[in-house]
Amino acid sequence: MKTISRIYSAVLFLFLYAPIFVLIVFSFNNSTTMSRSVWSGFSFKWYAQLMQDGMLLNALRNTLVIAVIAAVVSTVLGTAAAIGINGMNKWMKRMVMNVTNLPMVNPEIVTGVSLMLLFVFFAKGMGNVSLGMFSLILAHITFCLPYVILSVMPKLRQMDSHLYEAAQDLGCSPVLAFFKVVLPEIMPGIVTGMIMAFTLSIDDFVISYFTSGTTQTLPIFIYSMTRKRISPEINALSTLLFGTIMVLLIIVNLRQSKDKKAEENLIEEA
Amino acid sequence: MKKTIAALAAAVLLATTVSPSAFASSEEPEQPAAPKTGVTINVYNWGEYISNGVDDTLDINKEFTRRTGIDVNYTTFDTNESLYSKLANGGANYDIIIPSDYMISKLIDEKMIEKLDFSNIPNFQYIDEQFRNPKYDPKNEYSVPYTWGVVGIFYNKKYVKEPVDSWKILWDKKYAGKILMFDNPRDSFGIAQKILGYSYNSMNVEEWENAAKLLKEQKPLVQAYVMDQIFDKMSSGDAWLAPYYAGDAATLVEDNPDIGFAIPTKEGTNFFVDAVCIPTGAQHKKEAEAYINFLCDPEIAAANVDYIGYSTPESAAKELLPEETVNNPIFYPSKEILNKSETFVNLPEDTNLLLDTLWAEVKMGGPGQTATLVAVLLGFLLLYIGIVVYKKMKAKRELQ
Repeated sequence: MKTISRIYSAVLFLFLYAPIFVLIVFSFNNSTTMSRSVWSGFSFKWYAQLMQDGMLLNALRNTLVIAVIAAVVSTVLGTAAAIGINGMNKWMKRMVMNVTNLPMVNPEIVTGVSLMLLFVFFAKGMGNVSLGMFSLILAHITFCLPYVILSVMPKLRQMDSHLYEAAQDLGCSPVLAFFKVVLPEIMPGIVTGMIMAFTLSIDDFVISYFTSGTTQTLPIFIYSMTRKRISPEINALSTLLFGTIMVLLIIVNLRQSKDKKAEENLIEEA
Repeated sequence: MKKTIAALAAAVLLATTVSPSAFASSEEPEQPAAPKTGVTINVYNWGEYISNGVDDTLDINKEFTRRTGIDVNYTTFDTNESLYSKLANGGANYDIIIPSDYMISKLIDEKMIEKLDFSNIPNFQYIDEQFRNPKYDPKNEYSVPYTWGVVGIFYNKKYVKEPVDSWKILWDKKYAGKILMFDNPRDSFGIAQKILGYSYNSMNVEEWENAAKLLKEQKPLVQAYVMDQIFDKMSSGDAWLAPYYAGDAATLVEDNPDIGFAIPTKEGTNFFVDAVCIPTGAQHKKEAEAYINFLCDPEIAAANVDYIGYSTPESAAKELLPEETVNNPIFYPSKEILNKSETFVNLPEDTNLLLDTLWAEVKMGGPGQTATLVAVLLGFLLLYIGIVVYKKMKAKRELQ
């Protein structure tokens, strides 16, 4: 039984990671035809070209700027909203949660088209300005918001509501009590929400496609290459992104386990 | 202190502006950068369709900014149709777009592009006579050709020994399962239309239906309907025969000596042009015309097509290209072939609709197969409901 379960998980991981592995391998392919299936030697050629390709780097910059702003803003708004929702009575809470969850189950294309119609309506009113960076950021904040609320809510529910009152009893002002007691308590939820918003924003294609106007993000740029062929520069870029995210995840995990150990030590000493 | 900062800033400015790409600096070493005008034009072009400065090529947009002081916001699309929907939806103010022939005639019909002021585009004089007044823009008021090309057949010389001179080879049973076809209706129907001797721009329902019948006959032999996957499938030997745009031939043929490219001379082929236009209501029309003029500069056009791989409509630019490219019939086919070839023009609405339904039938297998598919799905649904009902009843019985 154990061998079967091992084989099963091995196959599962193979299935999950084989595409990424192939992508990484072919980012080092030394071919002139931009081939994605014939191996012709090892080289860093595509990495070098990637660094020279101004259009691609520009699209990458747009994507990152939008992702960072959308993640930060939606985290702040989402956390505030979650705290407010948590303080409502049961009936209101249920209703508001349903309303915030709706955009998540709504097909992306519907969200995209409706946001576009709204933005175009306002753009026409403001003297035919073009959609672009600003409308993209607004759209991304919009679709990231529910995910942040959803990841902060459970932490708020877990938290003992008397903690906040106790802090005030011990002389904290409401604001200070929030920052010293409530915020650290729900921090893991906030961080998860922010990371989720960031990744969602980076790889969003459908909503960006409709709201981008004359600005181009990385997914749209890659998609527009399909008439000719998707250049292995994209493999190289994806490899770099994958590597960066791996390192980030490892650092986060290491820190978490360190914190846990420190906590355990504290408990033992006490 | 202030002075040194100013000097430093000036030095940095100088360093950044005086080092454009190698190509340009060797041509005009002393030409200084023009002062910034503060205007940015929005350019919308096909993906991978301009020389971008990678590997010592000329960065066209950067060079334009250096010469004129006009900034370029350059973005890309993947099909004529997505370009059209972007323009039609509004909210995107483009100054320059580069659609293909049939889309240009559609845009003219719907008044979505503006007449150009040719006095701002003196370099139009370099455009060869044969590319002026094309079918899609009969009076040549709206567009300036950017690149052109023809459709031909890629084949693997190892397996395809006979001469490739007719589209009929794509219907040869010998090559069953090794044939690729275009994944877009107009190019695929075009091949069938040429075999039957029809025009690409036919408005005759019967002709379109006959072409669809021919494509359905071919379907069992076709490995896949694809676009850019052709490159991988051909170079790995997965497929032996594939029709595609000649401009993309260079890399494929150069990299793999087994692959050949031929233009079917018996029936003639599709001759396509991508041309530069200005959408109606563009906010920087003058600057956009300066951009078009810049693209028509023979030196710039030569550097550009050298990177893209498609053909230039300017003889003056051809002279600056390597001789083996200009003499290559793939890129510059003979007059006879060109005379036999035909351009796409926009089809009327009802013909377009017919084309869409026929294409869906070819790819999906017609209404008969759709019905079986629906029946199978319904069967599964019924089975699922049956299981759920059975389980509920069982649970109830157990409770009692």
